[in-house]
Amino acid sequence: MRAVAADIQSSGAVAVAPAWQLPDRGTVGMMSFIIAESAIFTIFVVAYLFYLGKSVTGPTPRDVLEVPVFYTICLLSSSVTVHLAAKRLERDGRLTFLILWLLTIVLGGLFMYGTAQEWHRLIYEHGLTISTNLFGTTYYSLVGLHAFHVTVGLVMLATVLVLGVGGNVRRAESGRIGVLSLYWHFVDVVWVVVFTVVYLIGR
Amino acid sequence: MSSDVIAMHTARIDEPTWAETLHGWVTTVDHKRIGLLYILFALLFLVVAGLEALVIRIQLMYPHNDFVSPQVFNQMFTMHGTTMIFFVAMPILFGFGNYLVPLMIGARDMAFPRLNAFSFWLSALGGFLLYFSFLGGSGLYGAGTAPEVGWWAYAPLTARAFSPGSSTDYWTIAVLVSGFGSIGTAVNLLATIVCMRCPGMTLNRMPLFAWLYLTMAGLVLIAVTPLSAAQIMLLIDRYLGGHFFDTQAGGSATLWMHFFWIFGHPEVYILIIPCFAFMSEIIPVFSRKPIFGYPVMVAATVCIAFVSMSVWAHHMFTIGMNSYANSFFAITTMAVGVPTGIKIFNWIGTMWGGRIQFKTPMLFAIGFLFQFLIAGLTGVMMASAPFDWQLSLSYFVVAHFHYIIVGGILFALFAAFYYWYPKVTGRMLSERLGQLHFWLFVLGFHLTFDPMHFAGLLGMPRRIYTYEPGRGWDGINLVVSIGAFIQAVGILVFVANLIVSYWKGARAGKDPWDGWTLEWSVSSPPPAYNFATIPSVASRRPLWDLKHPEDPDSRYE
Repeated sequence: MRAVAADIQSSGAVAVAPAWQLPDRGTVGMMSFIIAESAIFTIFVVAYLFYLGKSVTGPTPRDVLEVPVFYTICLLSSSVTVHLAAKRLERDGRLTFLILWLLTIVLGGLFMYGTAQEWHRLIYEHGLTISTNLFGTTYYSLVGLHAFHVTVGLVMLATVLVLGVGGNVRRAESGRIGVLSLYWHFVDVVWVVVFTVVYLIGR
Repeated sequence: MSSDVIAMHTARIDEPTWAETLHGWVTTVDHKRIGLLYILFALLFLVVAGLEALVIRIQLMYPHNDFVSPQVFNQMFTMHGTTMIFFVAMPILFGFGNYLVPLMIGARDMAFPRLNAFSFWLSALGGFLLYFSFLGGSGLYGAGTAPEVGWWAYAPLTARAFSPGSSTDYWTIAVLVSGFGSIGTAVNLLATIVCMRCPGMTLNRMPLFAWLYLTMAGLVLIAVTPLSAAQIMLLIDRYLGGHFFDTQAGGSATLWMHFFWIFGHPEVYILIIPCFAFMSEIIPVFSRKPIFGYPVMVAATVCIAFVSMSVWAHHMFTIGMNSYANSFFAITTMAVGVPTGIKIFNWIGTMWGGRIQFKTPMLFAIGFLFQFLIAGLTGVMMASAPFDWQLSLSYFVVAHFHYIIVGGILFALFAAFYYWYPKVTGRMLSERLGQLHFWLFVLGFHLTFDPMHFAGLLGMPRRIYTYEPGRGWDGINLVVSIGAFIQAVGILVFVANLIVSYWKGARAGKDPWDGWTLEWSVSSPPPAYNFATIPSVASRRPLWDLKHPEDPDSRYE
C-alpha cells in the first residue's frame, strides 16, 4: 500500500532508507475496532457479574442453564478452520480455501443453531424472557450481544464465500481475508469469556 | 481521490451549479471537506446550545423570574449540556483532527476515507435526532417534548414510569449513534497516524499534534464505548422491559452512574487532549522556539490518558461509597494534576526566553494557560472528598467544569481557528476583530464564571430553575447573566470575522506564521491531493530544515 516516495523533497533532509514500512492499515483498523468492542463487552460482563444472584424472582441460572459443550467446540474449531483457510489463500490454494471457508460458516451456523435451541428451551420450557428477572435481562443481553456479533461475522463470511465461488477471491485478497479472520477470532475469544462467566462462574 | 481531482479541474472551465456543489459536499470522502463539515456542523450547534445557555441565564437573572417554566428550564440544561459535549466539542475536535492530521504527517488522506464520511454522517444524524425530539418527543402520550433528564440521565429518572413519551429515547439514540460515529473516527485517526506517516516521520518525529490525537483516539476507543454499552442497556430497559436500572426488580441506579462516569470523566480528557495539541503547535510558533521537552510532553499525555481511566468515581463521592473507594479516587484524581502540571510548565518553558508575538492565536493560547490552570486548581480542591461533599451539585462544580470547557477548551479552539483559518481558506482572519473578540470574550468569561464559584460556596445548588431573594446570590446571578451576554457578543464578533474575512481577508499565502510543520508547505487552501509528491522528513520541524539548510534540526535530534 505505501509507495515509497522516489524523490526526496527537502534540502537538509538526510536520504531516507528505501524500506519505509509501516503496519498495514487494515490490521491496525481492525485491532482498534476490536479494542473498542472489547470495552463494550467488558461493560456487559461487569453488569452480568454485578447482578449475579440479585434477581428478586426465579428462575436462577442454576435451575435452567445447561453447559453448551458441543456448540462451544464448534465455535472454537471454526477459529482453526478460518485460520487455515486464510493461510491456504496466501499460497493461492483457492479450492481448499473455499472448502475450509465453507466449513467455518457451517461451524458458526451450528453454534447459532445451538443458541437458538437454548433460547427456545428457556423461553418455552422455563418461561425465562428478557423481562422476567435480572438474570433474564443480563443473560439475554450478554449472550445476545455475542450472538449478534457471530451473525454479523457469518454475513461477512458468507459474502466472501459467494465472491469466492464466483472466482473473485484470489491471493491478492489474502490481506483483507486476514483482517476478516481477525474479527472472527475476536468473536471466538469473546465466547471464551462469555462461556466462563455465564456457564462456569455464574452457574 | 482521483474523481475529486478531476472535479477540481473541470471547475475552472465551467462553474458547477449549486446542485453539483451540494452533491459534491454530501458525497465527499476527502478528509479536508469532511473536516470542514464536522466544524460547520459543530458551529451550528454551538450557536443553538449557546442560545439555550442564554435562556437559562435569563431565567436565573432575577429571583422568582418566570421567563420559562420549570419543565422548559430542565429541557434547556439537558439540551445545552448534551449538545455542547456530543454535538459541539466532539465533532469540532474531530473536524480539526480530520483536516490537519493527514496534512501534518504528510499523507494524502485518512486511512479509511469512506469510514470517515460514514462516521461524520452518523454524528450528524445523532444531532438532528436529538433536536427532532422538540417535534417528535411527545410521542403518542403528549408527554413533554425535548428530553429533560439532565445530560448524565441518572436512573431511575430515565425509566418509562418517570420519562414517558419518546423524548428520552431520542436522547439515548442520539448519543448512541453519535458515539458510533466517534468510534469510527477514532479507529480512522489511529490507523492514519500509525500507518500513513510519510517516509522519515518516525514516532519520535511526529508533530506533537499527531501524538496527542493518537492518544485521544485511543482514549475514545475505551471510554466512549462504555457509554454506548450503557445506552444499549437503557434501550433494553425502555423497550424490552429489561431491569438493568430498574430498582424495583433489584436493578441498580448506582451502576448507571458508574457506567456513565467511566465514560464521563475520560471524556473530559478526550476533549482537552486535542486542545493540548493546538497549544503544542501554536505556542512554539508564536514564541519562535521549538517545543520545550518533547519526549516529556508525549509521556505526560499518555500518562494523563492512562490515569484518567481510574478517576471516574470522584463524580460520585456524595452517593456514599466506602472510605477505601473515596481515598482511591481522591488520590488518582489528584495524581492527574501532576502530568497536567508538567505540560503547563513545558508550555511556559517554551515561551521562556522566546520572542513572543502577541497575535490573536497567541492571545487565546495565553488565556487558555491561565484559565486552564485555575480550572485545574479548583479540580484538585474538589478531588478532596470531604470538600466535595460540601460543594457537589452546587454552582461551584458548574463554575469548575465551565472553566475547563469554556476557559480551556473553547479558548484553545479559538486559538486554533485563528491559527489555521488562513490555511483552510487562504485568507487571514482580521486581527482587529480578533483582538476585539478576545477581550470581549475574556471579560464575558470571567464575569460569568468567576462569580459562579462564589454562588456555589454560598450554597446555590445547580439545576434549580429559580430561587428565593435575599440569600446572597441575587447580585451574583445578575452579574453572571450579564457576562453570558457579553460572551454572546464576543461570539457574534467571531462569526462576523469568519464570514467577512472569507471574502475580505488579506491573502494568506502558504505560510503566514512562518510555521514548521508540513501543512504549511502546501498551498492555502491545500489542493485536493494534499502533496504532489509525498514529502520525507528528517526532524520534528521539517519546514525549519527546508528554510534553514545551513542549520537543520536533523543535525541535533
